Amino acid sequence: MASIIDVKDLSYTYPNFAEPTLRGVSLTIPRGDFVLLTGPSGCGKTTLCRCLIGLIPHFYGGALTGDVVVANLSVKDHSISELAQHVGFVFQNPENQLFALSVEKDVAFGLENLAKSRAEIRKNVDWALDLMGIGGLRDAAPFELSGGQKQRVAVASVLAMKPDVMVLDEPTSFLDPVTAKRLFDVIKNLNDELGLTVVLVEHRLSLLSAYVKRIIVMDEGQVRLDGAPLDVLMAKEARALGIGIPQIMQLHQSLVEDKVRLDKPATSVDEFAAMIRSLLQR
Amino acid sequence: MIEVDQVSYTYPAGTQALQDISVTIPEGDFVAIMGENGAGKTTLIKHFNGILKPERGRVRVDGVDTKDASVAELSRTIGLVFQNPDHQLFSETVEEEIAFGLRNFGFPEDEVAQRIDWTLRLLNLTQYRQTSPFLLSGGERKRVALATVLAWNPKTLVIDEPTIGQDYRQKERLRQFFAELRGQGRTVVFVTHDVEFVADCDPRVLLMYRGQILADGSAQQVLTNPEITAKASILLPQIAQLFHQLQDLGFPHEVLTVQEAKGLLEPVLPRGEAHEGL
Amino acid sequence: MKVFDGLQFRRGTSPIHRLDPRTKFVMSCLIFIQAFMFTEFFYLIVLFLAQLPLVALAQVHRQWTRSLRGGLLLILLIFFTNLIVGVVSNDFQLTSDALTYSTAMSLRFVVLMTSFSLFFLTTSPDDLGLALEQSHIPYEFCFAFTTAVRFVPVLAREAQTIMDAQRSRGLELEKGGFMKRIRNYIPILIPLIVSAIRRSLELAEAMETRAFGATKHRTSLHTLQIEGRDVITLALCVVVLAFTIYTRLYLPIPDIRIPVPAT
Repeated sequence: MASIIDVKDLSYTYPNFAEPTLRGVSLTIPRGDFVLLTGPSGCGKTTLCRCLIGLIPHFYGGALTGDVVVANLSVKDHSISELAQHVGFVFQNPENQLFALSVEKDVAFGLENLAKSRAEIRKNVDWALDLMGIGGLRDAAPFELSGGQKQRVAVASVLAMKPDVMVLDEPTSFLDPVTAKRLFDVIKNLNDELGLTVVLVEHRLSLLSAYVKRIIVMDEGQVRLDGAPLDVLMAKEARALGIGIPQIMQLHQSLVEDKVRLDKPATSVDEFAAMIRSLLQR
Repeated sequence: MIEVDQVSYTYPAGTQALQDISVTIPEGDFVAIMGENGAGKTTLIKHFNGILKPERGRVRVDGVDTKDASVAELSRTIGLVFQNPDHQLFSETVEEEIAFGLRNFGFPEDEVAQRIDWTLRLLNLTQYRQTSPFLLSGGERKRVALATVLAWNPKTLVIDEPTIGQDYRQKERLRQFFAELRGQGRTVVFVTHDVEFVADCDPRVLLMYRGQILADGSAQQVLTNPEITAKASILLPQIAQLFHQLQDLGFPHEVLTVQEAKGLLEPVLPRGEAHEGL
Repeated sequence: MKVFDGLQFRRGTSPIHRLDPRTKFVMSCLIFIQAFMFTEFFYLIVLFLAQLPLVALAQVHRQWTRSLRGGLLLILLIFFTNLIVGVVSNDFQLTSDALTYSTAMSLRFVVLMTSFSLFFLTTSPDDLGLALEQSHIPYEFCFAFTTAVRFVPVLAREAQTIMDAQRSRGLELEKGGFMKRIRNYIPILIPLIVSAIRRSLELAEAMETRAFGATKHRTSLHTLQIEGRDVITLALCVVVLAFTIYTRLYLPIPDIRIPVPAT
């Protein structure tokens, strides 16, 4: 399977920092993957994301060693503008990634910067607004939008540039859980329907363990766990890393430790409930 | 003690944020105010120390009507910690930052020095005494903001969204810190979205929706009620969802924590070697 | 701050709203020029009355009256300053000349205010930005302009939050002598400035990831087109200007005065 992201032995130190933030990170992400990147604060997840779009090294400077290749482009050798056509980035703060005075202009922003024809811009903008379900907000000004709506506009403005990969850095930090879930639903849809590769940095493990295909846990600048959600979250090391293991998995582990006989662990409450039900009916 | 008596409030721009709300928070209480964005949570807590005065109704703090006292006077007993520490930090050192509130309230200099020492120790910030607050990490800045308020020892601490952007370990430490504060006899009120954090803390829960109080009870009662939580756009914690689904099998449905769940399931499930799992 | 109500854009579909911003700019300039061509009371009344149908056409009368109320202080200031000068220079006697002149000057101010008001109330900052762009002002400046406008409400909200946060730490903004009050604003200004700087960095990052600066000549989804109605309006402006110049040079002006109130 063609890999869209290839990171080999990546180490990085921010300018004026004594210690490196990333220490020898290696990973491969195949096209169409939906990866959850998580770990305790300061583990380097945001830094890694910045390397994927070229903000590191081009915007932040610093010392980067190793290779990062995204969509066959080496990040070191290509400008952020070039990389932006293949990798989209959605930031944590809904406010500081919207520039224009109307939603439509914001979604068009990237395409205008790339000097696309007006017809192409119009087509892509309409498509992106439609996909995100915000066609009705086309003329709205940013201060009229809720946090959740702003994030949808941000995702739409990235989508309009038709990237291969979308990287989202804690996009739901400022949103309430229900709004967050709705945003995740849309993102999952983009991954399913469009085959868009998604790298999502988040702490909301309970919600996301049933959505994502793969979880990567980082700590202190290194990758510690990398695999299917169940494998990662049920691993012994996961508890030691201080990430928020979903309650039903904690329950599963706790019961199994006391020699209760359970079937395969579940990633969602529905699965778990069904399992309990079938066990009790035997 | 905070008494909110039939309070309504509309913002100048026209949004009605509070509709005829009444609630009492007695001394020593531990309360989580929850609800979707726009439900009125932040508007409500701004009434506690007089930043906002009610349009209709009254808010009384220890018997004093907030309309008859200044924000400074009320803040002496009700310490409000805002969501974004960057909206407060302006001093050259952490020490100066903590001293700011103390000096505003008229503490003599020797007491100021003592309290700074005490607060730095309480929040593990002693090594940053002479550091510029702007050079600290996000989590550290949050602690400094907390420190600046605790320094003048308010009886009640009201914290707006302390869990945003915090990882699991940081939330654990916060939970323990709350316990410490309560051990000191303080009233602790916090606004949050984080259902699992609230489930772990087990406080009284005030669930708000469109400017009104939808539910007021223990975390166990409120967070396991699917109709109410759905209306208020709150996602039930996973254990509560689980037991809601298993209700017909005879299990109680007000279950919130992993321990409780284990206690209920273990006796009735088959024992033996674990099935092929991992 | 009611005077600023007259400058805030309101969405609308009136004929004035639909004119190209450049046309509206020309209209405002025309009124501006005309207001300064005359000091005679008669003409300023005519000019003032001529603007009223425009205000009604643009459906912005409510905002306009609000801004007038807000600017009342300034209007009265102009009136009385001119009146005092007129009276003093006439041996402290109140003359019809002085009264008429002062009223005319106040009226001129109202006319100027209205012309600006009309422009800003009916032109979205977006269109304004586009107009700047299409007038060949470098994109960086246009972008800076629209981004600044976009963040005005955000900064205003933030300033309020910062004030609330610092007041909750015992800061009393209303108390103290002049110097103390100025110093009291330091805990408000510093977080505001720091926040603005942080925000600019985040915005810059986001801009980079949307390929800002990728090409020398960026395209635009929307363009302003000069339409039929613009051409007609501009033609009308030229005619009016010509007529005004003719009037100024050749026609006698009716001498309307305000009589001194009988004592």
